[in-house]
Amino acid sequence: MALQSLDIWRRSATTTPSPQQREPIEVAKLIDVTKCIGCKACQSACQEWNDVREEIGVNVGTYQNPHDLTANSWTLMRFAEIEENGNLEWLIRKDGCMHCADPGCLKACPSPGAIIQYKNGIVDFAEENCIGCGYCIKGCPFNIPRLSEKDNKVYKCTLCSDRVSVGLEPACIKACPTQALVFGSKDDMKDHAAERIAELKERGFENAGLYDPQGVGGTHVMYVLHHADKPELYNGLAKDPQINPMVSIWKGITKPLALMAMAGAILGGFFHYIGIGPNEVEEDEEEEKA
Amino acid sequence: MTNTWMDIKNANVILVMGGNAAEAHPVGFKWVVEAKAHNKAKLIVVDPRFTRTASVADYYAPIRSGTDIAFLNGVIRYILEKGQVQHEYVKAYTNASFIVREDFKFEDGLFSGYNEKEHKYDKTSWAYELDDKGMAKVDETLQNPRCVINLLKHHVERYTPEMVSSITGTPQKQFLEICEMLAATSAPDRTLTSLYALGWTQHSIGAQNIRALAMLQLLLGNIGMPGGGVNALRGHSNIQGLSDLGLMSDLLPGYMTMPKDEDLDRATYLDKRTPKLLRPGQMNYFANYPKFFVSLMKAWYGPAATKDNDFAYDWMPKLDKVYDGLRVFDLMHEGKINGYFCQGFNPLASFPNKNKLSESLSKLKYLVVMDPLATETSEFWKNHGESNDVDASKIQTEVFRLPTTLFAEEEGSLVNSSRWLQWHWKGADAPGECRTDVAIMSDLFLKLREMYKKEGGAFPDPILNLHWPYHDAEEATPEELAKEYNGKALADIMDPNDKTKVLIKAGQQLSSFAQLADDGTTSCGTWIFCGSWTEAGNQMARRDTADPSGLGIAPNWAWAWPANRRILYNRASCDPSGKPWDAKRKLIGWDGTKWGGYDVPDFKADIPPGDAMNPFIMTNEGVGRLFALDKMAEGPFPEHYEPFENPLGTNPLHPKVVSNPAARVFDKDREHFGTNAEFPYVGTTYRLTEHFHFWTKHSKINASLQPEQFVEVGEALAQEKGIANGDRVIVRSKRGYIKAVAVVTKRIKALDVAGKRVHQIGVPIHWGFTGAARQGFLANTLTPFVGDANTQTPEFKSFLVNIEKDTDGKVPAVPEATASATMKTADAGDVDLGRRGWLFGRKRKEEV
Ligand code: SF4
Repeated sequence: MALQSLDIWRRSATTTPSPQQREPIEVAKLIDVTKCIGCKACQSACQEWNDVREEIGVNVGTYQNPHDLTANSWTLMRFAEIEENGNLEWLIRKDGCMHCADPGCLKACPSPGAIIQYKNGIVDFAEENCIGCGYCIKGCPFNIPRLSEKDNKVYKCTLCSDRVSVGLEPACIKACPTQALVFGSKDDMKDHAAERIAELKERGFENAGLYDPQGVGGTHVMYVLHHADKPELYNGLAKDPQINPMVSIWKGITKPLALMAMAGAILGGFFHYIGIGPNEVEEDEEEEKA
Repeated sequence: MTNTWMDIKNANVILVMGGNAAEAHPVGFKWVVEAKAHNKAKLIVVDPRFTRTASVADYYAPIRSGTDIAFLNGVIRYILEKGQVQHEYVKAYTNASFIVREDFKFEDGLFSGYNEKEHKYDKTSWAYELDDKGMAKVDETLQNPRCVINLLKHHVERYTPEMVSSITGTPQKQFLEICEMLAATSAPDRTLTSLYALGWTQHSIGAQNIRALAMLQLLLGNIGMPGGGVNALRGHSNIQGLSDLGLMSDLLPGYMTMPKDEDLDRATYLDKRTPKLLRPGQMNYFANYPKFFVSLMKAWYGPAATKDNDFAYDWMPKLDKVYDGLRVFDLMHEGKINGYFCQGFNPLASFPNKNKLSESLSKLKYLVVMDPLATETSEFWKNHGESNDVDASKIQTEVFRLPTTLFAEEEGSLVNSSRWLQWHWKGADAPGECRTDVAIMSDLFLKLREMYKKEGGAFPDPILNLHWPYHDAEEATPEELAKEYNGKALADIMDPNDKTKVLIKAGQQLSSFAQLADDGTTSCGTWIFCGSWTEAGNQMARRDTADPSGLGIAPNWAWAWPANRRILYNRASCDPSGKPWDAKRKLIGWDGTKWGGYDVPDFKADIPPGDAMNPFIMTNEGVGRLFALDKMAEGPFPEHYEPFENPLGTNPLHPKVVSNPAARVFDKDREHFGTNAEFPYVGTTYRLTEHFHFWTKHSKINASLQPEQFVEVGEALAQEKGIANGDRVIVRSKRGYIKAVAVVTKRIKALDVAGKRVHQIGVPIHWGFTGAARQGFLANTLTPFVGDANTQTPEFKSFLVNIEKDTDGKVPAVPEATASATMKTADAGDVDLGRRGWLFGRKRKEEV
């Protein structure tokens, strides 16, 4: 089937029309938080398949390691201890790129072809085109992309586009022992989620539901949550994520700029200017961690 | 497991107590998730901590570590009082109606026959009343006050919900809610499964924890049922195979036992181990013990084992006492052991009281470590800073490290928790000079044999006569060994139904242990593995997932011992008339002439329903034992005894007998037990998903997922002690201290125990001083040198500690060797070169 098509739908800062001949199916990863045991098999499979290695970090008082996403850790199990109505819950959420239908990163990216959205819904970074400006980080409503200190390029989950393109499921899906992670067409995933939600409701989770936020046009990574009314319980999952309005303004500038077709010097200067932004973000984050 | 991993999906209620399946068995845990998703199963977790398993449970209750028997006896009391037992099952399939001897007693914490000096019981009174034919007396009306069921009722009478709550710290309301959920599985069409692991075994009363659950399951009618059973989740790949092959000092393959000093000849030995029938018409399968034993001797000694030499019985070692790991290290500590071979084992980290272990190893003349990894044990002599602060110049032990292959670098079978023997194939060649364990042991044997041949010796026969029929004497192949375990005919075996027909020709592989003989005409290395490699080939290599029953049986996937049977005691899944208790769980049935079905019947195939023969064919009375007779060290019924280090200093049930009266404590170790005055908190050790024991800290990916040692501290205790989340702390016991980061958590709550507030501290085990993760302290620095009275499994789950903030603690380093030298392998991520690059050789003197 056409799950594996990698026809391109959109490229950052590009106006060339996309191919139209094929109509591939939209894919999705469904993360059933209620089945997840936080084993981190997915996290480890991600490092293995993508050939990245996280540094040996430190423990800062949590099971969450590393304690944030990095240019090497594209997915991360986030652990939250919650006490609701006297009931203790240990909510464990697999964090990573949501592969938005309306990707703020892609919209924000000024470098042609550094961010690509495939017709199957996967949002991918082509690092060779990345200029390290970090604007995608600001554009992302989920705070996902991470700038590498090593090569000053941005990395994040690719939804294993390389695997999906040859008909395989992403590495994390393959590794998950409990089938908390499943992968398929977005429609099938929604059906599967509906079954799970019905089961959870039977078990007394009245507010169980699907997380597929419409503020970003829906996502190609969705969650089944026991408390869909309060996504923020899951280590700050955004309740109603929206693309930063700044990105729309930037889009207003980028189009004419792109049409100027690489008036190199000017463009370079501009990129240098906006490059300062994300560096500041990095510093802020460091402070938060400390 | 009595049942299998896949079978968990059939359960209605899943009790995880004495284990943390999601954490330690994440892959098998999929079947729990499956039971919840598609069988509407309820998952109950009872644990000192709110664990990863609890995070997906329907119900969680806290418990004080080491008090599970109080809890379970309380449940038994509850179901007996409410009458919520599977009555028909209990009456027909357990020893409920059996009459116990008049002189059996339980008073003030002790059963009859206690010898205070030796800390041992004379178990004569722990027996049934016998009639003049030597058969056990029963009262099927259950009226006789000496009936097992009535004695049991009386025994658990003290475990009222108030008492249970007071001992365990589990709030009474929660205890009762759990009782209710468990009791509901007494209905014939509902089952409870129990998943436990080291959270039950690693106590001084470990074996009785499991007994208590087994009794509860018998009372609820859940043994032999799909979705039921008592399920031990094994914690190492092939640790099931280890016990199957008898790699304990007092066991032989297939759970036969080693001869003792007083077993002077084979007849005496066999007589003691061949049980006499206790009820008429029962199968008493262990009556075949002599067949298993003689076939074993034929496998070991081949033609040299003959009727005339008592099948080489005299060549067997005879034990004067049990040489379990604790005993061996104690002897070593006393300077009574010169050399130690350590194969696939890291005892410095795995037995209790690291400092004692290190002192013991220092007294050896030589230590040989066969392992794929640079283990802590192999570097016990080397100073690794504070976490291994020894003076190498004072240690004279010569250390030899022999690098071995990993499981993935060799072919063979692994036995999993479900008792499946699964054949696996080599994934990669081993690097460097690694050799298989078999090759190393073969070399050693051949050399020893040569020396005995040349030089003679005190007793060369057992070595000189050992049967060594392998094509390449220097390295038997896995196939050769597997075939030997299975066994073969040494003379033609005739069909028992047609004596003129040859069933199995001499030299052919056997297909069932029913073919074994005690006259030397069969050889078999492990009787329970008989059937795994037949004339039809390697049954362990089968890979057919077809599951015609839909009950997760898949009979043609690999091979399960015994006899490819997937669910033990499965005759008990049908009522006495042969009808399944629950039509939806039909495993086997009677077709008019024989038993058959989806699973291999655990019964004599041609005995019709209604016959006197009962389903528990391995016992000599044919029924499941609510009363354990003389099988346990500390009593036929489980009783709550406090851990040797406990926060109360007493036992609320019987202050004079606080801890297990039959446990073995070496004198010097008693001095190293702490009191609650000095060490007020309960410590407990455990695993994390991110690591496997002390292995995966050598792999960079695992190390990155859990890089640094930590302990878990409840919020209330942290506040009392001024410890903030992420602070560095020191945890001390009477035996030593460790340093770690404090993870302050809501998941460990203070408990109200017998009027006292008790705090528990969690100590994950995975760090040490070698590997790719940050250097840490071996957690067993803290634990007491005492084990279960039956198995000597160390009491790692319950001991006393104190905790303080480590104000000038620093981030520990990543061990140097690995920081600079890692190599990439295809799947294992980056692996410490220390593991694969080491050379044969001695501890280098210049390093000292
Ligand atoms: S592999 Fe599956 S169960 Fe394990 S942490 Fe990832 S999502 Fe959760």
